[in-house]
Amino acid sequence: MSVIALSWWQLGLAATLVLALAACTHFARLGLGKSLLVAAARTAIQLTLVGLVLETLFSVGSLPWVALMGVAMLLLAGREVMARQKYRLRGGWSFTVGTAAMFISAFSVTVLTLTVIIGPTPWYTPQYAIPLLGMLLGNTMTGVALALDRLTEGVWRQRQLVENRLMLGQTWIEACGDIRRDAMRSGLMPIINAMAAAGIVSLPGMMTGQILSGTAPALAVKYQILIMFTIAAGTGFGTFVAVSVASRRLFDRRERLRLDRLQPGNRG
Amino acid sequence: MAPGQIVCLSGPSGSGKSRLLRAVADLEPHGGVVRLGDRDQDSLAGHRWRQSVMMVPAETAWWFDTVGEHLHKPMPDALGALGFPDDAAEWAVSRLSSGEKQRLALIRALSRDPQALLLDEPTANLDDDTTLQVEDWLQSYIAEHQCPTLWVAHREDQIQRVAAKHFRIDGARLREQEVEQ
Repeated sequence: MSVIALSWWQLGLAATLVLALAACTHFARLGLGKSLLVAAARTAIQLTLVGLVLETLFSVGSLPWVALMGVAMLLLAGREVMARQKYRLRGGWSFTVGTAAMFISAFSVTVLTLTVIIGPTPWYTPQYAIPLLGMLLGNTMTGVALALDRLTEGVWRQRQLVENRLMLGQTWIEACGDIRRDAMRSGLMPIINAMAAAGIVSLPGMMTGQILSGTAPALAVKYQILIMFTIAAGTGFGTFVAVSVASRRLFDRRERLRLDRLQPGNRG
Repeated sequence: MAPGQIVCLSGPSGSGKSRLLRAVADLEPHGGVVRLGDRDQDSLAGHRWRQSVMMVPAETAWWFDTVGEHLHKPMPDALGALGFPDDAAEWAVSRLSSGEKQRLALIRALSRDPQALLLDEPTANLDDDTTLQVEDWLQSYIAEHQCPTLWVAHREDQIQRVAAKHFRIDGARLREQEVEQ
């Protein structure tokens, strides 16, 4: 089985569907037409560029270039985590905490999966390494961003409660324990829901892609299960690290709550 | 401050009374030196210090569902002395009035056996009769347990009733005021 090649005019047909939708929303005065078209154009341009990068990377396939790509993806993800915070840690801590958490979890889980589980030769074969890292980083990013946002906003809103608990002689861990639990939960909920609903409500995107490109469904399913498990581990550990470090940073050496270490971000 | 001594602190709002208490409780960075007996604030971990030198804020927050869960140990005598029925420990926190919260916050703090007290307007939300009741109870507790107490108060009559010393924050200075003994 081999996949049927798509040519640009065939994509053009799909694009006319989007154009038709944009026209409809324009005439219905929904005010969405422009952003829909911009987003569609961005999809086309960004994915084409990534395609070019990947083509080049696949043809070179050397470790330094794969590593460079990985680091670039990581830094972009770190920036995205920071941009999604309503309240950020001052002095670059938001970026550092998010990026470090994703590095520890997504990178190590990717390398572990490549070397121990899938085992391509060489282990950094870009065909396996880049999509795997991309899936892991994307999901870990969502988890870490949600959890950090929940944590800082929770502490900001419940300042009085946290300080009341401190006044009664509780340690900083006890005083913000509920907020940390909440943050961890909101970071892990998306992947838990995705695992619970996989195959029933939706066919996961990666599996669909593999099946479309001619992989036997049984094999595609195995890859999907592998991906789900690694995403759960990566997101979980990443969220855990991020919440632990960030919440420690919200208290100082004397276990005082230091909201002056937060600053309102641009979001919302 | 001597053991069992009540020192009242007054001053216009915004003059930094609460901040002073927060600094003594080590909830805010400060440049002063605070000692309990011969122990420096810095020689204890933050939470150990605050277990000993306990602040009761004017506005209280509650995190469990019932009153009793917030108490370190059952306090039937204290509940009775402040006019609560026996089953007050099972009350839902969401149904407490501000005056009830303020009195229960005192009990919540004292259930942890602090060695010194920092009270931020402990009777601000109470009517006159209850205020006297709380003053009596606090005074006898403080005398019995020999807790040095910093008490932020607004009303002159209260200061005259409870204080051994009275300081007024006046700009950047602390002025000692006369107290009738």
